[in-house]
Amino acid sequence: MSAAEMRACRPADYRSDVKPVWCPGCGDHHILLSFTRAFAELGEPPENIAVISGIGCSSRIPAYTNCYGFHGVHGRSLALAAGLKVTRPDLTVVVASGDGDGYSIGGNHFLHACRRNLDMTYVVMDNRVYGMTKGQPSPTTEPDFDTALSPGGTGLSPFHPLVIALASGANFVARAFSGEHKETTSILVSAIRHPGFSFVEILSPCVTFRPDEREWKTQVRPAPVAATDDPGRAARRLMTDDGFNIGVLYRGTRKPYRPQIGRAAADLAELEKEFEL
Amino acid sequence: MTRASDRPEISSLADLFAIAYQIEIDAVARYRLLADQMETHNNVELVAMFRDLARAEGLHAEEIRRLAGDIDVVAHAARLGSWKSGESPEEADLNAAHYLMTPWHALRMALAGEERALAFYRSIVETAEDADIKAMAAEFVNEETEHVELCQRLLRRHQAPPDSWSHDFDPAVSQ
Amino acid sequence: MRRTPDVSIAIVGSGGAGALTAGNFLLEAACAAGWHGLLTRSVGPQIRGGEAAALVRLAQDPVECAPDHFDLLIAIDWLNASRFEAEIPLGPQSLVVGDPEGGAVPPGIAAAGARLVEIPMKALAKALPEGRANMIALGIAGKLLGLGEDALLGVMGKRLAEKGPGAVAASRAGVEAGWGAAAGLELAARPASARPSAAKRWLVSGNEAAGFGAIRGGIRFAAAYPITPATEILEWLAPNLAKVGGVLVQAEDELASINMIIGGSYGGTPSLTATSGPGLSLMMEALGLATASEIPIVVIDVMRGGPSTGIPTKSEQADLNLAVYGLHGDAPHLVLAPQSVADCLFTTQWAVFLAEALQSPAIVLSDQFMGQSRAAIERPADVAFIGQRLRATNINGSYCRYALGDSGVSAMAVPGTPGGQYTADGLTHTERGIPTSSATEHRAQLDKRRDKLENFSYGDHWAKIEGDGDLAVITWGSLTGAVREALSHARADGIAARLVAPRLLAPVQPEAFSRALDGARRVLVVEQSHGAQFHRYLRAHYDLPGEIRVFHRSGPLPIRAAEIHQEIRNWRG
Repeated sequence: MSAAEMRACRPADYRSDVKPVWCPGCGDHHILLSFTRAFAELGEPPENIAVISGIGCSSRIPAYTNCYGFHGVHGRSLALAAGLKVTRPDLTVVVASGDGDGYSIGGNHFLHACRRNLDMTYVVMDNRVYGMTKGQPSPTTEPDFDTALSPGGTGLSPFHPLVIALASGANFVARAFSGEHKETTSILVSAIRHPGFSFVEILSPCVTFRPDEREWKTQVRPAPVAATDDPGRAARRLMTDDGFNIGVLYRGTRKPYRPQIGRAAADLAELEKEFEL
Repeated sequence: MTRASDRPEISSLADLFAIAYQIEIDAVARYRLLADQMETHNNVELVAMFRDLARAEGLHAEEIRRLAGDIDVVAHAARLGSWKSGESPEEADLNAAHYLMTPWHALRMALAGEERALAFYRSIVETAEDADIKAMAAEFVNEETEHVELCQRLLRRHQAPPDSWSHDFDPAVSQ
Repeated sequence: MRRTPDVSIAIVGSGGAGALTAGNFLLEAACAAGWHGLLTRSVGPQIRGGEAAALVRLAQDPVECAPDHFDLLIAIDWLNASRFEAEIPLGPQSLVVGDPEGGAVPPGIAAAGARLVEIPMKALAKALPEGRANMIALGIAGKLLGLGEDALLGVMGKRLAEKGPGAVAASRAGVEAGWGAAAGLELAARPASARPSAAKRWLVSGNEAAGFGAIRGGIRFAAAYPITPATEILEWLAPNLAKVGGVLVQAEDELASINMIIGGSYGGTPSLTATSGPGLSLMMEALGLATASEIPIVVIDVMRGGPSTGIPTKSEQADLNLAVYGLHGDAPHLVLAPQSVADCLFTTQWAVFLAEALQSPAIVLSDQFMGQSRAAIERPADVAFIGQRLRATNINGSYCRYALGDSGVSAMAVPGTPGGQYTADGLTHTERGIPTSSATEHRAQLDKRRDKLENFSYGDHWAKIEGDGDLAVITWGSLTGAVREALSHARADGIAARLVAPRLLAPVQPEAFSRALDGARRVLVVEQSHGAQFHRYLRAHYDLPGEIRVFHRSGPLPIRAAEIHQEIRNWRG
């Protein structure tokens, strides 16, 4: 970024004038604050940031920022973001999703986005429920959580998104808690700065459908060990993690995927030669 | 050398006859499978070859049945344990198949099978404690030695194919 | 012996015989010598070693459809060749060359009444070092066509050079042996000599042509998920996009590829993907997203036999309904269809141009027949259709991404443009792009998106309209060539008929269509769809005059000019 482009940006510069429709008490409000603070700290002008989302409460976030945004279809935000990042490596690309959008319908793209390791940051606001559609279980919901769609609970073990991210090749894995603004902001900044695919799961209580998640603020704790760059060690830690360790847990060293674009080596006349009789 | 742990247990003459019979039956099934693969891939020459090999193994199986006299080798074979590798000695190696393979290749497969069978019976002769089993196994050694020699004779009649044997002008087609 | 303006040859063989290669070399040699030609291939289900047929039609003028019959069938062997019986129509005027060691002649072929001769191709090949029967067959074909030996040997040298001088020499020897073996044999009709043309010509497949058209139109990003018969477009684009500074990325599935190109286009890069029916089905939701958020993208659908997994290696025209009606809600968008191998280039290029100009997705309905056929074509003229979207730059004050206006096209701010920040959305939105459920706003944006497509002047490219007469034959896509040929035969019978083949299927062009049908009292619709999708589409959106007949059939067999001609003859007076 040139000196001319670098402006002293305040968090407020990254908020649009659109008022969020999230329920008061929703963790996503806090996350929006952390987003804007992180962007301000990074100093990247809003027009150079693209926030890409799918469908769900968390996916409403792009419109609440003053950045370029895309509110796409359910589960496909990572694919859309990949197309954008490959063709516009100059942009800072942040993808926002929820546990339903990201881990259920978006599950396949999650695996491949980690593997592809483009330089972008994927934030999943995990509230362990489908909020927008009024309270169905998601892949991270506890097996005994009673809902209308799964009376008595699904009986299925929840997903381990951090383990899956690591196993699939993510280059940065972290967990945050929406209620801790400072730590969340710091994690987002680290994630965005870290090259390659950064995955940040942010526990974000759903005040309307998961009132029990009010307890999270007493259950989260700073991770007892510093981030490791050893995937094997990270895997062991994450497999035994109880879901409440906060912090950067893995900082990998994979080279980000940066396909060449923009440098033409030939003109159209040369492409024709293989057809000529 | 076939270790005892690699093969079904042989504690009686009936066991030996049953294994010997099963080995031939397995070989028949495997050659028929290969014949089908060759038919699907239009390798007419090899269809005939593999069907001939299957027929030959079938004759061996019948011979063993006759030799076994009163022993019901079919019923007994059904009660045998399994091979550690999952493959019995004369089952031709599926990995060695190729849609453009030549009779020479098929004979090499057959030879390898006969050599494995020979090694198997030799190890029985060496390790069996029962005199009858030993003696019968020695007969099988003689029999397999003849098979090996036959394969070698047939191979000498065929030239090894040129390096270009697997060259196909046409590329693979997508489906 | 009579002269014929076109001649068709089939070469059949299995299990590594190399029939397809022989057919390709024959096409190349003949076209280098001045003929026009079209090669299609038919194969069994095996990935390698299966039965294969190379079907080559050669003519003095451009070939755009399958022949009515074959003059020559060379069977390197007859194994499983009955598979191809229906695709190689033969008659008493045909010559069939078999190999005494090749197996039994399939009953359908034996019953055709053709002249049957035997040449020991396999034995001749065996007598040569590294000899191959397909080269013998090639020599036979060349001799019977009156192709100069040099033409064939020249192609040999070029195409086999990388396999080394031994392979070249062996193949040449095979061709010469085949040439010699065919001495004394003649086709019933001698093909007219090739007319070497001064114009630059290409040998190209429809899929390659589409890829090149995309690049000419300005595509610089493609996302790819392989599917038969579209994969070759993507495989051609992968290195060629890179050469011109673009990039292709392989996606994990079609849901990813369609969303990736939306992302790429949102960032300002004209973007494209290619697929077939099953993939297009998966892409419907995202096509709706592109329509609603007004993001230009191009999706090529190389149609194959359907429904569901269908017949992946055969052609059909049954994705029309999906392309025009597949989006939920009212989501008008562009649908185009090329009419020949050469037209795959122009139509794809035009689709890029239109998509960018109208900020809309464009579906290009190609098909397996055009996509996977190789044809000699005149070098397509450079046309000034290069995708260029209306961009918002130098933005001062509040930016309205979806501002209403006269044309319906609003300026698009591309990320990185200061002041242009907006959130693109599939949700119904205001002019500013804010989600809304307001009746007026919803209606206004629906009108905008409809009007921008309907207000645009598409010019004459929207359809091919040829000839005159009270009979109008309406068709589309790859059948255009067959209809054109049928109409030329009909003209010789004294039947005047006109051809109407829309290239732009959506949005519909009621006025232009009316003009095209002015004076017509009978309409014959010709299409390769079991459900007559095109006919129903025409009835839904256009006024068709007088009496209407429909000649329709599913794939996999091509609809031949002779069949269409017969339909026209049957409908006299």
